[in-house]
Amino acid sequence: MIVKRDKLTFWERLYLPAIIGGFKVTLRHFFNKKVTMQYPEEKWVVPPGYRGAPYLVKDQADRTKCVSCQLCEFVCPPKAIRITPPGPQGSPEVGNVEKAPKEFEINMLRCIFCGFCQEVCPEEAIFLMKDYSLTGTSRGEMIYNKEKLLSLGGVHQDKIQKWKHKAEEAKEQGVAP
Amino acid sequence: MSSPAITETKPSPPTTELMKVKVDGKEIAVPKTTPDPITGKPVATTMIQACALAKVDVPHYCYHPKLPVAGNCRMCLVEFGTPALGPDRKPVTNPDGTVKISKSPRPAIACATPISPGMEIYTNTPGVKQMREGVLEFLLINHPLDCPICDQAGECKLQEYSVDYGQATSRFVEPKVHKPKHVDLGPRIVLDDERCILCTRCIRFTRDIAGDDALGIVNRGSYNTLSAYPGKAFDNNYTLNTVDICPVGALTSKDFRFKMRVWFLKETKSVCTSCATGCNIVIGSREEKVYRYEPRENDAVNACWMCDYGRLNYKWIGSENRLTEVRIGKSTSTWTAALKEISEKLGKAAPGSVAIVASARQTNEELFLLSKLAQKFNALTDSVPRMKEGDKLLLSADRNPNSNGAKLTGISPAQMGANLPKIADRIRSGSIKTLIVFGEDVTKHGIGTDLLGKLETLIVSDILPNPTTELAHYLLPGCAHAEKRGSFTNGKGRVQRFMKAVEPKGEARPEWEFLHELVYQVTGQNGFASIEGLFNQMAREVPAFNGLTWAGLGDTGASVPI
Repeated sequence: MIVKRDKLTFWERLYLPAIIGGFKVTLRHFFNKKVTMQYPEEKWVVPPGYRGAPYLVKDQADRTKCVSCQLCEFVCPPKAIRITPPGPQGSPEVGNVEKAPKEFEINMLRCIFCGFCQEVCPEEAIFLMKDYSLTGTSRGEMIYNKEKLLSLGGVHQDKIQKWKHKAEEAKEQGVAP
Repeated sequence: MSSPAITETKPSPPTTELMKVKVDGKEIAVPKTTPDPITGKPVATTMIQACALAKVDVPHYCYHPKLPVAGNCRMCLVEFGTPALGPDRKPVTNPDGTVKISKSPRPAIACATPISPGMEIYTNTPGVKQMREGVLEFLLINHPLDCPICDQAGECKLQEYSVDYGQATSRFVEPKVHKPKHVDLGPRIVLDDERCILCTRCIRFTRDIAGDDALGIVNRGSYNTLSAYPGKAFDNNYTLNTVDICPVGALTSKDFRFKMRVWFLKETKSVCTSCATGCNIVIGSREEKVYRYEPRENDAVNACWMCDYGRLNYKWIGSENRLTEVRIGKSTSTWTAALKEISEKLGKAAPGSVAIVASARQTNEELFLLSKLAQKFNALTDSVPRMKEGDKLLLSADRNPNSNGAKLTGISPAQMGANLPKIADRIRSGSIKTLIVFGEDVTKHGIGTDLLGKLETLIVSDILPNPTTELAHYLLPGCAHAEKRGSFTNGKGRVQRFMKAVEPKGEARPEWEFLHELVYQVTGQNGFASIEGLFNQMAREVPAFNGLTWAGLGDTGASVPI
């Protein structure tokens, strides 16, 4: 293809108008509001719905909501989640829930923040929160264990509390949970 | 123990009359009678059996092909019709010449309704779908829906049929009836009464198959509760089968409870090694760890069942003590070095100076390779008998899985263990200088540590440490059956193959692999380096196995005369 090139006009050949035009743009931005964020000192506030790091939560009664059903481990595309179920004895401290994870690990280096774990969780026990900058000095440090995940996740105000409701219902009927 | 026949191959009734029925418009011929699962007597074929033959799936909870029919869950309701009869008792025909069908005004449960000639069964009509939806809705009235903490999740019939016929929300506003959630039924079973749908499969199994009438249903209506006889533990040797047949998560195994979700388990077809019955099993494993055994259907061996003793005898596979290193004397070595030294030593051994104590827990192929070594040295061979008390159902008195294999390959004399005193004597007299031991602790069987100390060469292969492995000059770590392939010949002469579920621990190698190398180095005979080839070679060379092929064994094995 032959590109036809027009000859430059006199004004264009003069060169100065383009220079002045350029300086006008620069000057305008000079007085505009600044958009650059001074990142490490200044933190970005993420919009609602942002998919940050997945953490575990407790409910308002301080119960670890996770029951180690292992659906998140199953659905996790990069296999970042590893759950150790409690074993035959269950978890005596959780009452009628019977099960709680013995260990829960998320490898944050593997995690792709897809949110499938939150979506699949039948207990609303795992949420993708707002943390986006996860750092560590070793690979081992980037595998978050249950304790760490729970402390980072905090408390989720559970409106339903189905297990508590079930235990109360059973109690009313004279069946010890 | 009312069912002694289940370990036999049931000969199909020779001339069963066939009857033509239509299932969803497809005409098939089905036998007029089928043997009763308990008594074996011919009884009228039912609609659900006809549907199974037509490969049409009818949802059901309480029906089980190996149990008496109860007909209480109502899930298998179908619509049907029979040929209309005129006043002359002759079938009425439509104007176009086809037989006129008079459709039954009400449905029937497919599991308990016998078929009749010309019957038409409809399993996919809108009415049938509605009935299934209705039944399922009722079954879920008091079900706790605690799938996240239920071990059955993933293999639960309530879950499966809820996908097909369930509703997203419940229409019942009343509180659910609560029942005890953690009932200790026996040493191996935990019952969650809330989840029970009262199908009574467990009751029928334990009464009619296991012969221990331990379970029953107490209370009435919504308060119906499964319970063991008061004050009596549910502890016969077949209790864990009730966990398998429980269609929901009511009966759970204490051993497997809360250990792993079933959808993670890799299922490998295998054979139980705890006795000579050789029940067909499925090994559930994940990430090189065995989590459970489950029975696999084989009507020629174990039907759908297995005993608790065999089922729970898997933990040694993942034991911390496993032998994982090749050793020469007390120092760690490599397979190459050890096999080289062993073959050099054996190459110099005089005929008659070698004895072999193999194990009847080894596979046919391994015993066959050992018999080749034995032939070369004219060696005295034997294995160790394990006779204990058996029962009438599945547990055999012979606790070796492959006694017949040891006998057929010539490793063991007709009276297993008869050669062991002879071996001991000849070691004492000094005529036997080399002893090869596979998978047995000979110090417990008449060849004490003092005798083992007299040997010039003691070659031992085993899985777990014992006094014999301590004294070995050459220690070769072997594999559990879950870590290799091979075949066993069970007490009735059924040759059954098993597959590899997990990787061997550490340096351990399947015995047949290194025996193959050793046989080649010592005798110069080159065998097959694959289990298929090796089995087929054995089938050609051992008369009893003539005509068998690895592929021909299939999943359920083949019988040989013993």
